[in-house]
Amino acid sequence: MKALVTVHYKQGILDPQGKAVQNALKSLGVDGVSEARVGRHIVLQFPEMSKSDAEAQTKKACEKILANPVIEDYEYEMVENTA
Amino acid sequence: MKYGVVVFPGANCDHDAYHVAKHVLGESVVYLWHKDHDLQEVDVVILPGGFSYGDYLRSGAIARFSPIMNEVIDFANNGGYVLGICNGFQVLTEADLLPGALIPNTSTKFECKTVTLRVENRETPYSGEYEQGDLLRMPIAHGEGRYYANQETLDLLENDGRVIFRYVDAEGKPTMEANPNGSLNNVAGICNEDRKVLGMMPHPERACESVVGMTDGLALFKSLVNQQVATV
Repeated sequence: MKALVTVHYKQGILDPQGKAVQNALKSLGVDGVSEARVGRHIVLQFPEMSKSDAEAQTKKACEKILANPVIEDYEYEMVENTA
Repeated sequence: MKYGVVVFPGANCDHDAYHVAKHVLGESVVYLWHKDHDLQEVDVVILPGGFSYGDYLRSGAIARFSPIMNEVIDFANNGGYVLGICNGFQVLTEADLLPGALIPNTSTKFECKTVTLRVENRETPYSGEYEQGDLLRMPIAHGEGRYYANQETLDLLENDGRVIFRYVDAEGKPTMEANPNGSLNNVAGICNEDRKVLGMMPHPERACESVVGMTDGLALFKSLVNQQVATV
């Protein structure tokens, strides 16, 4: 099992990195982008765990350290490891 | 007064803090290794500036779970003095000893320069030697120093006199231009409810001797020493 975790700033918090990316896209001729936000992508491997156990551990990781609830939201997806 | 300077891997202002405590103030001081569990009966814990754990994940996020932080958190919750400078401030917010968070500067740049601070509240253990409204010159050096908290928390800090230092211009006005990182309300330093835990992004420990060009940080440390003399 592996968890694909995404952490990003809560809506309403200025993301200067995202803003810089948005400006770069505009100057490169990529049209129609109203907003770019930059987050973090974290992959956790759980080779020996059931989906529900791995999900519980992922949630614990997100709440304890991977995201700071003052400024960030997180989401995750549990996927099977394909050999 | 006995100081303890916590040494995290990646700390780089631990020596500066140690030097000020020992050689400028003439107080006793020990280093506290991040893997230890003993605060060695210090009166003040300093969480120094630097890049603990490479600032990985978020500044301070991993240092906050260092073994010694268990003791530092207990110490703070029992009314101990804890001063977090720069990365130390980030560790304090990550550890929930201070509210809010420090996020990347709006400039997206590492800001390394001298700033002007205004003393917003001299009725704290860290600011008694200043006058209300004093303008101080201190260096900053950080990439993630933008103070953020929700409106409710900001109002609480403001109304309770817990914003101790604010970024201002040469006239003492908290303008946008004087704000080096985009901190809400130009916040540079805040304390907890009992005023014994202080977090600030500027470096008072780098502004204690005329040989380094600035001395406005010295009164912060002297305030602490005098505070202790007054309460013993």
